[in-house]
Amino acid sequence: MSQSDILEGLAAILEEVAGVDPADVTADKTFIDDLDVDSLSMVEVVVAAEEKFDVKIPDEDVKSLKTVGDAVSYIQRAGVAA
Amino acid sequence: MNGSRLMGIGTYRPARLVTNDDLAKRVATSDEWVRSRTGIATRRIADTDETIVAMGSMAAEKALAAAGIDAAELDMVLLATCTNPSQIPGSGPQIAHRLGAVRAGALDINAGCAGFAYALSVASDMVRVGSARHVLVVAAERLSDYTDWDDRSTCILLADGAGAAVVGPAPTREIGPAVWGHDGGKAGAIRVPGYGDNLFRMEGQTVFRWAITLTPTVRRACELAGVAPSELAGVIPHQANLRIIDALVAGIGATNAVVARDVVESGNTSAASIPLAFSRILDGGQLRPGDPVLLFGFGAGLTYCGQVVRCP
Repeated sequence: MSQSDILEGLAAILEEVAGVDPADVTADKTFIDDLDVDSLSMVEVVVAAEEKFDVKIPDEDVKSLKTVGDAVSYIQRAGVAA
Repeated sequence: MNGSRLMGIGTYRPARLVTNDDLAKRVATSDEWVRSRTGIATRRIADTDETIVAMGSMAAEKALAAAGIDAAELDMVLLATCTNPSQIPGSGPQIAHRLGAVRAGALDINAGCAGFAYALSVASDMVRVGSARHVLVVAAERLSDYTDWDDRSTCILLADGAGAAVVGPAPTREIGPAVWGHDGGKAGAIRVPGYGDNLFRMEGQTVFRWAITLTPTVRRACELAGVAPSELAGVIPHQANLRIIDALVAGIGATNAVVARDVVESGNTSAASIPLAFSRILDGGQLRPGDPVLLFGFGAGLTYCGQVVRCP
């Protein structure tokens, strides 16, 4: 799956879970400070992303996902590994 | 006659009401922050004389009155609690003694916030198999005894209270088959360490993630009871946090159900939260006798249990 497909998918999840405007979702944005996604919403985003992209994102790795770009790269790598 | 039913429910809510503003005087938080993260606006905190035994007994007396039976008719008293003041003795026998349940067996069950649902399942099975005719299930908690009042991530959640239910025989299974399971590998996610450290600790994100992925299990409880999620009149999950309740319930498909949100007023009372929330909905006249309602408890262990029951 391409980076832009993953980005688009993440934007849809962020809109549904946390009401984030998809237009605001770009690779350089941080989830917490820029997109105002709190820690519990972040968990919901991760759970939804696991299902949507058929990947596993363990708790210990979630902390390293600061920006949308971090998540896109992680999902792409995890998808290839699977 | 191989079914069981809920005959009556009773509760006890401690007198003292604590607001988010009250907590903000002690820890760095605010009403807006607590409400947006947890949904909680107020909680009840027990006074010293509102013990597990006292609160549990008062809730039990109301449940017995609602069921129309005398304590002497009870064959078993099951107390669900995870906040006994000490490990020894358990409080279940003291509640049985105070009530005058002279011929009942009595014991405690510690299944954290799933305690009421587990105890109800055990009670139902005892009645169905015939080892008991009437069983009293009590859930009483004083989480405030184990709260770190300087930890703003947990002190905003925890609260006290008690609920009770009388289970008796019925021609059909008004208390449906239970679904249960555990993730004991995550035992550390909710804990009071013990050995001198008696304060409640929780890894909130780990618990949140575990809880919101239990939706398929919740649906399974409906399947076992032969009730479609759309036929449920009520959904009463453990009142941990409104965010968990909303995320968990969203996936069930209980489109016509009243969803319990007692957490807003009562905080997280662990095992007591389901009977407290159930009672509030019944008192509000939102459910009728015989209506199918889903109960689902989950928490420390980690462990969970749930079932569909018919309203008393």
